[in-house]
Amino acid sequence: MIHARGLTKTFGPVEAVRGIDLDVSPGEIVGFLGPNGAGKTTTLRMLTTLLRPTSGAATVAGADLFADPAAVRRRIGYVAQGGAFAPFSAVGEELVLQARLYGLSGEQARERVTTLLAELDLPGVEERTTVTMSGGQKRRLDIAMGLLHRPELLFLDEPTTGLDPQSRANLWDHVRRLRERDGLTVFLTTHYLEEADALCDRVLIIDHGRIVAAGTPDELKSEHGARTLDDVFLAVTGRELREGAAA
Amino acid sequence: MTALAALTGHYLRVSFGNKFSLVFSALQPFLYLVLFGPLFQRSGVGSWAVLVPGLLVQLGLTSAGMAGFTIVFDQRFGVLERLRVTPVSRVTLLLGRVLRDSVVLLVQAATIIVAGYALGLRAPIAGVLGALLLITVLSVGLASLSYTAALTIRQELFAPVMSTLVVPLMLLSGALLPMSLAPAWLDVVSRLTPFRYAVEGLRALFAGSYTSPALVWGVVVSLAFAVLGVTLGTKRFQRENA
Ligand SMILES: Nc1ncnc2c1ncn2[C@@H]1O[C@H](COP(=O)(O)OP(=O)(O)O)[C@@H](O)[C@H]1O
Ligand SMILES: [Mg+2]
Repeated sequence: MIHARGLTKTFGPVEAVRGIDLDVSPGEIVGFLGPNGAGKTTTLRMLTTLLRPTSGAATVAGADLFADPAAVRRRIGYVAQGGAFAPFSAVGEELVLQARLYGLSGEQARERVTTLLAELDLPGVEERTTVTMSGGQKRRLDIAMGLLHRPELLFLDEPTTGLDPQSRANLWDHVRRLRERDGLTVFLTTHYLEEADALCDRVLIIDHGRIVAAGTPDELKSEHGARTLDDVFLAVTGRELREGAAA
Repeated sequence: MTALAALTGHYLRVSFGNKFSLVFSALQPFLYLVLFGPLFQRSGVGSWAVLVPGLLVQLGLTSAGMAGFTIVFDQRFGVLERLRVTPVSRVTLLLGRVLRDSVVLLVQAATIIVAGYALGLRAPIAGVLGALLLITVLSVGLASLSYTAALTIRQELFAPVMSTLVVPLMLLSGALLPMSLAPAWLDVVSRLTPFRYAVEGLRALFAGSYTSPALVWGVVVSLAFAVLGVTLGTKRFQRENA
């Protein structure tokens, strides 16, 4: 579903991503873990066609990132770290617009929005703005935005950061259900390692723009004689994840 | 095409839902019409048919020219990123906004012309319709460049920089007093701005002189300005894309 080779991105003097290879199979939930500034968002924005890599190559959802970015865009959903809604507009309007940009007719778009909102436990919020919503509701709304066109592959950038434990658990349930029901492939970033352990089939640990460890949570733990992914992180980077994850 | 219609329709609903900004962005030229127009009229410089075309260009600057302000918020809240991740072409993402700005300007311009009529403006209907067309072309360039600027300069600088820039551009266009009164140096500087040609083209239309060189220049410069604006705007929307 994703095959990337040697992806790099430099911003002036900053080498944000320094050569990343990764492969994600259909139906997998893959966690991309690392401290703030490790290069997670930059990598996601490259894989979603929003940022041109300095070098490297990738096919995403079967289309070449450089040769056919439009095909990539049609097949993927992307939920950005900072959300997708301005606080002053009715969320229903925004969702319908987005659906229409993927080619749905006005009627199809409204139907799709209604169904999707109900599925994500947000029935009837169309007329509201995000100002009146909780963090967990807003995040589910962002996910709805990314799923409107039934993508094969969903990128989630820190979907649970800042949420209380209950909303986080609730969000994971939704992600799991989407994979089970629709066979959705999910590539997500987080710095909650215990969650990644519980949810992800496989994790990639990124530090300073490089992948420093990859495998199933169990593989990684046994490989490093560690009890938790936090201990794995400590073993491969020599640091606690939390230190770098101030935000 | 459907994407363009969806975008423009969406933005129009937002704009016409916010009557305050609709009125506010046309307030300056409207005030000039009501509070300065009567003086201008008696000054012997020219009639309403000379002033109103100038005010239409001023309106272009304060309305379409400030359009970029809205994209600053879209960028901050991730709305722009979410639009850019759809398969819609980058030029469509730009034009969806620009067409909204043109429609808004058209409504505002028509209001000013009607108010002008109430105050004593007399101009041939064909000329007025032509003027609305020309100002629409100009607004495409203005709005596109406004978005380009908003996405290029630092967010918090956009409003102060643009609202400051609008003043010299408006004065240099000869919108308020014809540049035929200007000393040579000012006349030369004025000719370096595109809006000078638009103002004179609009005045020719309001005067009913449809074959005057001023009109030809006004049309040519406005069209070139629109092409330039859309080209730069599309480039800016594409920047950083894979
Ligand atoms: N647009 C940008 N311009 C300059 N530097 C950037 C930009 N985006 C990210 N960076 C830098 O790249 C590095 C990686 O950032 P990011 O990918 O956002 O990390 P993460 O998502 O893992 O927290 C950081 O040092 C960040 O400051
Ligand atoms: Mg990030």
